[in-house]
Amino acid sequence: MALYSEKVMDHFRNPRNVGVLEDANGVGEVGNAKCGDIMKIYLKIENDVIVDVKFETFGCGSAIASSSMATELIKGKPLAEALQLTNKAVAEALDGLPPHKMHCSVLAEEAIKAAIKDYYDQNGIEYDHSQFPDCAHCEGCHL
Amino acid sequence: MRIYADNAATTKISAAARSAMLEAMEYYGNPSSLHSEGQKAAELLADARARIAKLLNADVKEITFTSGGSEADNQALLSAARLGEKKGKKHIISTAFEHHAVLHSLSRLEKEGFEVTLLPIPADGIVTAEQVKNAIREDTCLVSVMYANNEIGTVQPIAEIGAICREKGVLFHTDAVQAAGHLAIDVQAENIDLLSLSAHKFHGPKGVGVLYARKGIRLTNLIEGGAQERARRAGTENLPAILGMAAAFEEACGRIQNNDALAALRDRLIQGLAEIPHSLLNGDPQKRLPGNVHFCFEGIEGESLLLLLDDRGIAASSGSACTSGSLDPSHVLLALGRPHEIAHGSLRLTLCHENTAEEVEKIIQAVTEVVAYLRNMSPVWRTLQQTQEFIIK
Repeated sequence: MALYSEKVMDHFRNPRNVGVLEDANGVGEVGNAKCGDIMKIYLKIENDVIVDVKFETFGCGSAIASSSMATELIKGKPLAEALQLTNKAVAEALDGLPPHKMHCSVLAEEAIKAAIKDYYDQNGIEYDHSQFPDCAHCEGCHL
Repeated sequence: MRIYADNAATTKISAAARSAMLEAMEYYGNPSSLHSEGQKAAELLADARARIAKLLNADVKEITFTSGGSEADNQALLSAARLGEKKGKKHIISTAFEHHAVLHSLSRLEKEGFEVTLLPIPADGIVTAEQVKNAIREDTCLVSVMYANNEIGTVQPIAEIGAICREKGVLFHTDAVQAAGHLAIDVQAENIDLLSLSAHKFHGPKGVGVLYARKGIRLTNLIEGGAQERARRAGTENLPAILGMAAAFEEACGRIQNNDALAALRDRLIQGLAEIPHSLLNGDPQKRLPGNVHFCFEGIEGESLLLLLDDRGIAASSGSACTSGSLDPSHVLLALGRPHEIAHGSLRLTLCHENTAEEVEKIIQAVTEVVAYLRNMSPVWRTLQQTQEFIIK
């Protein structure tokens, strides 16, 4: 069996929504170059709906594929729905990730949450802080 | 057409090795049997041993066939440790960038109460004989330094280290898995007491290797059983693999005289990749294996680079964590002093005599394009361009 599913390879080879969103009003960056993964998500939000999204990723094949899939899953969705996105949903949409690559899907979930939090903070919108746990993706990293 | 540039991982079996193996399968007798079938097999086994011994300038009694480089490394270290222990010597010197077959054997010995000194790796990727000399103590029983590094390909001063160890009366082991069949090795001239090699690194079959142990060095068995290999390694000999290894080793050693041609391809590849901005060659540019090229590219991650090169028909390796199932970067690059964020963006290309100048140009073009593509989607690269705080200038 190959390391990655066909879906992962498709999103890795042809990433959707890659790049910078100049007029983003919510930006989130998670990860650490030392661990080998950084994801940055740019959101354009209008009336509580994600009207556009772009990403930049430094990382392995599954990190790029997870970012790509995650942006597809939230594009055009209301914020409330985007906040429900779990890393499991990202991994499942990619037809699975190898166990030691699951942290890539966690990063994608966290990057989206960080971008939404940034939007709330910048616009003075009240929100439930417990929705945004601290970054905890690094458990697989032995630095 | 695929371009195979991962010869340090393994090589394509040569036609001569393959045909030697197929022929050997006809001789199914057990070399330990007294009947004609067995004795024919024993004769072939002795012949293979003699040919391999000759190429290392060793005696046939000094050659033990093993399942490969890892087994040979394990047995060499364990044997030297047992001999040292008897004399109350429990200190071992090695280097920080050895193969895990050595490093993990050393960890095991540490748990048994041995003390291990791992020499730090200088910036050029070559430990010095002086470092070894300064680390030797009264209770040192073994020095183990690899002949050439498996990731960055740097060649170590084996003859100099061998001379020092001989002078100090300390056993000297070298893991020559990457060097055997690629560089001329003379165990006597270089004062090597123990040496490991593996057939599949020089176009022989997988699962077979050699432990050379100088006469008088008592080996400790890893595998107990029958009296094969002069009672140093039990189990009926894998005759086809051993004959395949002998054929491949003869061929490979015969090619060493053409190393300059291979090194010219290597140098062109290094030159081409060095033109990529913020790229860095790891290890000395000349004192390295004739086919080894190893680079770090700032702002990208190695696995993505490998997968995209594979899509373009190029088989390469990274030495980066992601491929091995761990998230930690290569211990070799960390030992060389590369920071984590740089060590993640590594690429190893290892050429052999079958690679061509045209392939090298294709590799340069593909790597240049893929690195640029990945940098273009990397937030790390974007930040570096804004801050200009590059680690690789």
